[in-house]
Amino acid sequence: MMNDLLRPFEFEFFRNGLIVATFAGALCGLVGVYVVLKGMSYIGHGLSHAIFGGFAASALLGVNFVLGAGVWGVASALMINGVTRRRLIGADAAIGVITTASFALGLALFALFGRRGRSFDAALFGSILGVGIEDVLAIIAVTVLVALVVFFGYRRLLFTTFDPEVAEASGVNTARIDALLMLVLAISILATMQVLGVTLIAATLVIPATVARMLTNSFSRMLLLATGIGALTGFVGMNLSYHLDIQSGPTIVLVGAAVFALTFAVTGTRGLGRTAGLDERGTAVAPR
Amino acid sequence: MRPAGDAELVRLDRVTCAYGRKPVLVNVDLTVSSRQFSGIVGPSGSGKTTLLRVLLGTVAPLAGSVQRQRDLRVGYVPQVESVDWSFPVTVSECVLMARTRGRLLPWRSRTERAEVGEVLERLGIDDLAGRHIRDLSGGQQQRVFIARALLGRPELLLMDEPTSGVDVRTRHDVLHLLDDLHRDGLAIVLTTHDLNGMAAHLPHLVCLNTEVIGQGAPRDVLVPDVLERTYGVRMEILEHAGMPIILDDYVQNDNVVELPEAGR
Repeated sequence: MMNDLLRPFEFEFFRNGLIVATFAGALCGLVGVYVVLKGMSYIGHGLSHAIFGGFAASALLGVNFVLGAGVWGVASALMINGVTRRRLIGADAAIGVITTASFALGLALFALFGRRGRSFDAALFGSILGVGIEDVLAIIAVTVLVALVVFFGYRRLLFTTFDPEVAEASGVNTARIDALLMLVLAISILATMQVLGVTLIAATLVIPATVARMLTNSFSRMLLLATGIGALTGFVGMNLSYHLDIQSGPTIVLVGAAVFALTFAVTGTRGLGRTAGLDERGTAVAPR
Repeated sequence: MRPAGDAELVRLDRVTCAYGRKPVLVNVDLTVSSRQFSGIVGPSGSGKTTLLRVLLGTVAPLAGSVQRQRDLRVGYVPQVESVDWSFPVTVSECVLMARTRGRLLPWRSRTERAEVGEVLERLGIDDLAGRHIRDLSGGQQQRVFIARALLGRPELLLMDEPTSGVDVRTRHDVLHLLDDLHRDGLAIVLTTHDLNGMAAHLPHLVCLNTEVIGQGAPRDVLVPDVLERTYGVRMEILEHAGMPIILDDYVQNDNVVELPEAGR
């Protein structure tokens, strides 16, 4: 039994995939706290789909994936942020148009010129096949970078997330903080896309943060808990993915859902009550 | 003439603001001094909150000028209805939000810990530091946001409807607390809908309906003519123990809704 559990560790691709999945879970858990509390879940979902368009375009043009999808993702993130802050049209409508069009473009490009191969499926649903040492280094670098942003920007990020109007009046540049959050979100999606898949990243952003909210009333503890829960679901999900022969993205999300169900069973309505109102903050990045 | 030591903090000259094409404030002249304790009254949509935001500096006027004392520290207490009470912050985390400058580390320094404790003690909520903001009474919640504003050591405190939706006891407590803070040297400007319970107790009022209809002591502005121009309805003023009491003029206008008699 023990040997069966340890067998996949003999393979380098699995060890790499496990590290990437664990860091990806931690990263999404950390960023997810802001996504959930700012009511940006739909943005996270949309942005991951938008990045798929950049992935398809860069794959077909032979451009470096990180560069192509990265530029595309950052441009989409800043566009969404700009539209929602200026309230030109409804935030959810803006996100819907930008992101679904980008996702559809990606699908169309693959249909016309590409081959629906392994990379196509991996981008959509996540895969540990082909995860190399450069992916491991990339996810560690991005996680450390985002952790530093959250650590040193903790006070401004918290104030802007909780009370943007007063934060602005107190001298916090909330426009810059919102843009920074969107960039962090775009980079995180980009770094985790291969293992989690664009269609399932939103769940890894939302579930650990929601579970953490059910367990604590403190913001700092919520950050730590969400990061830990994300890492745990990534680690367990990747192991299960190997043993059950299911793609990594769905397995990690299902483990997250199981953690949510378990937490609900333990905390009951008290835990669920804490999450009440999380969906009332709307989808806008702009101050309410 | 301004009393000695009474400095001008903010001055608005013919300030006009609009959201889109709809004017919200028109040609507003207002001076806030360091000894001021003012209430802005007016009907819903009269521009009270916008005027507060102009004073705060988060809304720029379309026309006119806003002159602020250099390096003026302003504290702002939002309407309790606008606060996300499900947000995961404890009382001390919420109060510490006022400190965003000077320290990059997330946790409180020893000095900050002492300062937060001091301001919570001053407001009588030091035993609630670890509680979640939703687990407090209306008056305690109001005090948390006043504490957050005070931690920034403001010279001017702006409050949006501080007694909206609170019971009589809490309104009484908040009013006394603000009076104490004002006596300690803090200038206060607040908005309120509550003419009898709040406005009549303040030393200075501004009656606003897009433009300033009148300003001065309650005795001078809580008069039928100014109130009718502010609210668009006739009101009757009574006096009790030297305080004006405002009554809606429903009876005279035969607007009383008749209730069916019991058992009919």
